[in-house]
Amino acid sequence: MVIDLKKCVGCNACTIACKAENKTPPGVTYHVVIEEEIGRYPNVTRRFLPRPCLQCQHPPCVRVCPVNATYKRADGVVVVDYEACIGCRYCLVACPYGARSSDLGEFYTVGKTPTVAEYDLTPSFDYGREWKRSPDHRGASPMGNARKCHFCLHRLERGMLPACITTCIGGARYFGDLNDGDSLVAKQAASPHVMRLKEELGTEPSVYYLL
Amino acid sequence: MRKLVIFILVVGLVTLAVGSFGLFERLTTGLVKVGWGSPIPWALWVVFYIYFIGLSAGSFLVSSLIYVFGFKKFEAVGRLSIFTALVSLLTAMVFIVVDLGHMERAFFIFIRPSFTSPLAWIVWLYTAYFFLLLTEAWFLMRQDFARLSRTGGLSGRLYRLLALGTKEGGEEARNQDMKVVKVLGAIGVPLAIAFHGGTGTVFAVSVARAYWYSGLFPLMFLVSALASGGALLTALAAFILPNGYRLHRDLVIGLGQLLIIFLGIDMLMEIAEILVSLYGIAPAHFIPIHDQLFGPNWYIFWFLGVGCALILPLLILLTIGRKSAVWTGLAGLISAIGFVGVRWNIVLPGFAVEELPGIGRSFFEPHWTYGLYVPSAMEWRVSLFAIGLALTVFALGNLLLPLESARRHEI
Repeated sequence: MVIDLKKCVGCNACTIACKAENKTPPGVTYHVVIEEEIGRYPNVTRRFLPRPCLQCQHPPCVRVCPVNATYKRADGVVVVDYEACIGCRYCLVACPYGARSSDLGEFYTVGKTPTVAEYDLTPSFDYGREWKRSPDHRGASPMGNARKCHFCLHRLERGMLPACITTCIGGARYFGDLNDGDSLVAKQAASPHVMRLKEELGTEPSVYYLL
Repeated sequence: MRKLVIFILVVGLVTLAVGSFGLFERLTTGLVKVGWGSPIPWALWVVFYIYFIGLSAGSFLVSSLIYVFGFKKFEAVGRLSIFTALVSLLTAMVFIVVDLGHMERAFFIFIRPSFTSPLAWIVWLYTAYFFLLLTEAWFLMRQDFARLSRTGGLSGRLYRLLALGTKEGGEEARNQDMKVVKVLGAIGVPLAIAFHGGTGTVFAVSVARAYWYSGLFPLMFLVSALASGGALLTALAAFILPNGYRLHRDLVIGLGQLLIIFLGIDMLMEIAEILVSLYGIAPAHFIPIHDQLFGPNWYIFWFLGVGCALILPLLILLTIGRKSAVWTGLAGLISAIGFVGVRWNIVLPGFAVEELPGIGRSFFEPHWTYGLYVPSAMEWRVSLFAIGLALTVFALGNLLLPLESARRHEI
């Protein structure tokens, strides 16, 4: 994935699209847009940094998992096996980018408002499976598990782009195969105006930022 | 001292009763009611887990002084230290199991192992250590079980069961058993160093958390384990061994003087870490230390971590503790409790710095609390359950098991 920071206006449509697509519960988010303020009021400007999972080439989260529940697929996506994850949260500790969340079994409306909103009970389709969610089954995965952005794998497998890509109002995000020299992302990632987050850690993120 | 043990039993049972409600909440509502969240994934239960695992490693290593390195002076506290190590280990396991999002899958660590995860390694080592402790405790006590099974009645039957068919032998049989204990203890020393150094390694390998990411960290774990376990044993020798501070005055004071060394090295390591980190300006190194010392939870560092764990016990041990076993025991108790603060400041400051600057303000939802953690009532209740269980088992063991090693010498 390549994200053109010059085109990002900080609207957070990507974060919302991700929430809607993956039905992430409270406290779980696969995507954030980090804002940084420059200058002292009233002379301020802002800059934005959208952060999905960076799908590192050498993901620190994968190595620490005690049960091999999280692993890197051949296509490069780092996934979590919800049926195997024991919920120790070591991967959350190990991720240098804060890209993982723990699903603690929260709901937006259950027990908080008089009526339960339908979206609270809508199943998610992470990894192409239907994951039902109900306050009566608090032990059911993905509750209790580590969760993360998977580049909308269930969409990719049907030939669709990740939700954050299609929704971006500025067209600031590009998606494709970095190993395919003819692809747009490969050409952009080869630009001299490119950066990756915390390169010094040796994680080799697969998300590039165009400056 | 029987009265004190019964008091501990009562306190333990009350704590257990209060805490059971917390465990019920934990089992029925899951993790919804915890005060932590994704930005602070490890919190109070992990603090107590490393606290108790440290006590276990520490008391075991002190016991090895007796059974492996031949410090006969401390022998009276030998069995008690093995038993304490066992109870602490089990308590630590209770804390880490309730912390899991899917407790029912804990055994996956054995059936789908990952060899690159320090966490998997330490669980395997804990398991080996658990069986080693059980075996060592049994070999230490089996002659007494055989002797006590003659008493008849319900307790006699219990001891016969524990003896597992051991026939009462004479001095020679005991000496044979002590040889086995020596071998087990000798295997246990590297094992204890490995599992506790390994617990430090779980934290230390996290390149994402600069506060933990150093080779000093596993060593600090070992030193503070010796200090906290040594402190606890000093207190137990003074107040739990029958007539402890009167009858075993030399032992208690000797343990206290040993504790001075452990506390001294621990202090040295902490000072080294603090000075180096505070000197720099890199936030990932600077903020975790600065927040400990001057942040909203400053009192945990100064009162518990420095005052109770180190300074006060050292002052006592270096002055009145040299002559008084009661004061030495008290110093041990204060220090052992103070180490909870040290453990808190091992875990929580690791999350003091946002992974990416500004990420804490990028999202507002329950449990998304960067740098802000107050343990919830449910977390405290579950902790009370585990601690109550520990106190109860500890007291029962002291009432039922032949934990005084020196009995036969006294008669």
